[in-house]
Parts: sequence; structure tokens; C-alpha cells
Amino acid sequence: MTATPGDRTNTNQGEASEAERWASLIGGGAMVLMGLRQGSLRGALTALAGGGLIYQGVTKQSTIQQAQEAIGMNKPIKVEKTVTINRPVDELYRFWHNFENLPTFMKHLKSVKVYNETRSHWIANAPLGNSVEWDADILEDRENQFISWASVANADVDNSGFVRFQKAPGDRGTEVKVVLEYNPPGGQLGAAIAKLFGEEPEQQIGDDLRRFKMLMEAGEIATTEGQPSGRQ
Amino acid sequence: MTNDYGLINMKAVCWHGANDVRVETVPDPKILNPRDAIIKITSTAICGSDLHIYGDYIPTVQQGDIIGHEFMGEVVEVGRGVHNLKIGDRVVVPSTIGCGHCNYCQRDMWSLCDNSNPKGWMEEKLYGNITSAIYGYSHLLGGYAGAQAEYVRVPFADVGVLKVPRDIPDEMLLFISDAIPTGYMGAEFCDIQPGDTVAVWGCGAVGQFAMISAYMMGAERVIAIDRFPERLEMARKFAKAETINYEEVDAGEALKEMTGGRGPDACIDAVGLEAHGVGLEDFYDQTKQKLKLETDRPHVLRQMMVAARKGGTLSIMGVYGGFVDKMPFGAAINKALTFRMGQMHGQKYMHLLIQLVLDGKLDPSFVVTHKLPLEQAAHGYHIFQQKKDNCIKVVLKP
Repeated sequence: MTATPGDRTNTNQGEASEAERWASLIGGGAMVLMGLRQGSLRGALTALAGGGLIYQGVTKQSTIQQAQEAIGMNKPIKVEKTVTINRPVDELYRFWHNFENLPTFMKHLKSVKVYNETRSHWIANAPLGNSVEWDADILEDRENQFISWASVANADVDNSGFVRFQKAPGDRGTEVKVVLEYNPPGGQLGAAIAKLFGEEPEQQIGDDLRRFKMLMEAGEIATTEGQPSGRQ
Repeated sequence: MTNDYGLINMKAVCWHGANDVRVETVPDPKILNPRDAIIKITSTAICGSDLHIYGDYIPTVQQGDIIGHEFMGEVVEVGRGVHNLKIGDRVVVPSTIGCGHCNYCQRDMWSLCDNSNPKGWMEEKLYGNITSAIYGYSHLLGGYAGAQAEYVRVPFADVGVLKVPRDIPDEMLLFISDAIPTGYMGAEFCDIQPGDTVAVWGCGAVGQFAMISAYMMGAERVIAIDRFPERLEMARKFAKAETINYEEVDAGEALKEMTGGRGPDACIDAVGLEAHGVGLEDFYDQTKQKLKLETDRPHVLRQMMVAARKGGTLSIMGVYGGFVDKMPFGAAINKALTFRMGQMHGQKYMHLLIQLVLDGKLDPSFVVTHKLPLEQAAHGYHIFQQKKDNCIKVVLKP
């Protein structure tokens, strides 16, 4: 999917130009961050990809969000983290673009299976020995710049996210920014899944990104697991 | 595999609490990553900064951790990603672990490596960024098993490991692992100009090598400050320094008098967070540190800030862990001082340093006062900490 905000034809002219101004000034990331502040990453990502949904995505909360709030579900958990990696943009984009690579550095993921150009199947380790699964679609894919995705309807965990690749100044490599949001479902399973990324999701995603950096720069992920100590 | 490697148990120095290290039998290290190597250790030293761990001043050291970071030995196993080392190679290994491929390693700032610390989140929280891991130096700095052992796992062994010739004794090469580059970098930070006077606080191994390096870089005078006669004697005899015993005279006043009222052009801190002072100020710091109201005793830092000449440089190589208190920062800003500091970038200096040794321009073995079998590590720590038996540097032989 390569739709951009400029593709849309049937939105209110005033708002479209405002959104376009933002998009062209700061790029897609600004749009989704704006969406995040409004309360729904999915809405913003969808808007960015679909164009026609910009008004709803950016200025209002998404329908999922509205439905959840109506029945008193948990607030969505949002995480945002950036790391600079000493490798070229295209190499990092290529590695990430194959979602099947993600479990090598994302600890909570058991596996990702790619079905076709847009759809993939994700299995994550949830706390207490649970695992959760969902299908996700790529919403927008701009080569060497930006990939966004969201789970399809009826996922165990409704989630969405994007990764943005931007050349760092000087010879510092690439700035990789990840934004994730997930809505733990209600009930007993929900309580377990609420901690999908541990007690501190921000730190978990930070660790994931550090492992990604180690893998891409050093070719391996630093570890001390399995080394001797006087405790054994 | 050669020698007796492959047995399932080795001896290692494990930390068990304040002033309590024990030599225990633990499993042998294994290759965990492709770029790993296993080194059979032939010599490993107790570094002054190991005393900070010994005394329980470094946070996140856990009971049972193997400690030690200054070492050399022989390669007994290499991972499939290591193509430039082979079994039997004799090597010296820098104490800070660098991946060789991040921005910092590529700019020769190895102790700032982005990738060697697998527990970086801790350091990021405390320091704001992640620095390189160090062997056996707390979980904050990576949690790697240390080198006061029969064998050690060396990560990223394809970069930064120095191959050394067979026909030179260990004591002439061992300190390229840590103490010499630390002292050398401390002197380099001073940007020494002809005619400069450099004052060095602390006459342990790092201080001695800082003094020698300062002369190599063109210092006209080197003044050494300590309180133990045998360490001051070593500074006079081997490093050709003038000396001040700060328990006998006020070091600040003495430095002023010795430098025509100007103060030294550069000051090197080779002491770190367990500095001793005199009188009320020392009492204040000792008490606050014991009550955990400050983590570090910044006595040397305070004294350097006041003693340095206007526009002078402070070069800080002693280790600090966290927070310091009551710093005379007004002196630093009004006197326009330059502060330079950091863990040493061993990989940057080791080729130069071994050449100095091979050319006969540097014989570091003079700092060794005690050679002990590894089994006597606890005794070694005790006499080094208490400065008993004229102990300045202990080398352990596994």
C-alpha cells in the first residue's frame, strides 16, 4: 500500500490542506504522533495510509477506541523509543521489512509468519506461560522510510505500530524510531496480556531496539547468559 | 583445545560481600556467541579499582560474581566468528569490552562502546547512556564474569585483543591490559606543553604510569601526591617524580609553593572514589558515604580544582560511581579549568604501548610487589587494601 495523504479526493478541503502541510513539513511521523496524542495510533496510521480517514483519525478517536471506552476497557498502552544504528538506512529497512526477522531481537515474540505482501501472523509469549496470536496487515510501506502495521479485527491483542528510518546527521548512521500501541482485552486473559511487554513496556522496547542495534552493528547480541559464577 | 581446558570446573575469585572474596570452584566458561574466545589466564592483577568492589562501593555487584579485569593468557578456544586468533596464541586483553563496529569503537573511543553491555537499561537509567562493559565490574557495567580465574570468556575477541610475543615475561606485558593505557590516557588528556608541571594524585600502578607518560609527552616536572612512603619512594625512584606526603604537609599549599605560586598546569586523579583526606573534610565524606548520602568521596577532585593553575586541566582517571557532594565548582568556572575524564580506551593505545615495551623504552614490571598463586587472592586483596607488607601491586598466577 503506498497511499499518501495527497491521494485523497473526497475530504474537506480546509482540513486536508492543513494535514498535508503537517505531513509535508515533518513527514508521516508527525501525523502519527499527532494521532497518538489524540489517543489512537491505529486511527492515525489508518488515516495516513488511507487518506480519506484523516479527519476521523487525527481529530477524533477511532471507533475501536470509542467502543472500548464505552464498555470501560483498559486504556491503550503506548510506547515510543528511538535508537541510532551505525548502518545505512536501506539495510535496516530491508531487515525489518521481513517481519520474520523480528523475533531474533524482540524478546516477547515467539514467531512471525509472513503470508503475503501485506498480511502476517504473529505469535507472542504472554506472561504466565500464555501465548497470544493475531494477524496483522501492513498499512503503509514507504521504501527506506516507514512501515506501519495493525492487527486485523478480532485479534487476541489489538495492536498497531510503525517504524521510521531516518538518516542521522554526519556519519552517525540511521535513527530508528518505533511507536507501538496495544489494547489489552478485558477478562482474565486481558490481565495476563496487559503485561505483554513486562512491567515497563518502555524499557522492554528499549531493550528490543538495543538488541536490534547489536545485531545490525556487531553481528550478534551481547549476552552473559550461561557464563559461570560462584552462585551455581 | 590444549592443556587441561575442557575440564568442567575451574578456580575463580568470587565476591561475597564487603571485604569478602573467596576462591571457589565454578564451571568453565563457554563460547556463547560467534565472536567469543576462551583464554587460559597466565597472569591477572588486582587493580586499585577492584578495591572499590572489594569494599562494596560499586553498586550492582552480586554475591558470587567472578571479579577481575586486568589479565593476559593463551587462547584455548575460538568461536566461529573469530578468524584472526588461533589456539595457542598468547594475548593481552583490554579491560573494557568494545564491539569494534559502533560509532564509538570506530572513532577509537572503545570504553564508550554502544553494544557490549547486555544490561544497558540499568546504566541508561543511572547515567543517561550506555558505556562499554568491563570484565567483572558489576552488572551495571555488563555483568560479565571477571578474569581472576583460570579461564575467561572474551567477547568480540576478533577486535581489540593484542597478540604478544612469547619470549617476554608476563609482568612486562600484563599491564597493557589496563593500568598502562589508563595512566597514558590520563597524561594525554593533559595536552602537555614544554615546561609544564603535572601533579599526579595517587602513586599506585596507574599513577606511576601516568607520571612516566607525562615525562614522555614532554612534562618538565612531575609531582606525586600520596601518603604511603613506599609508594612515594617508587614514584621518586622509577617515575622520577618529586613527591608530597599529604599527611605530613598540606598538599595544596605545597603545590603552590613548588610552582611559584601558580599551581600545576595539569592535575591527574589516579585515586578515585575512595580517596582519603585529612581532618573534618575527610570525616564528612567518610560519614556521608557510609550513610549512602553520597556514593563517592571526591576529596582529590576538590583539591585538584583549587590547586590547579588558572586555565589548567584536570584529568580524571580514578573511578567514580555515582554522586559527589560539596564540589568547589566556583573555582572550576572562575579559573576556566578544563575537565577531561573517562574509562581508558585500551584498544586505542595497546599497539603503541607494546612497541614501547619491545623497544626497551618502558619496563612496567617495576610496579609488581607481590606475586601470589590465585588461591591466595583473599590475602592479596587484604594486603593491597590495607597497604600491608609494602603492597603496591599484586599479580595472581592461576
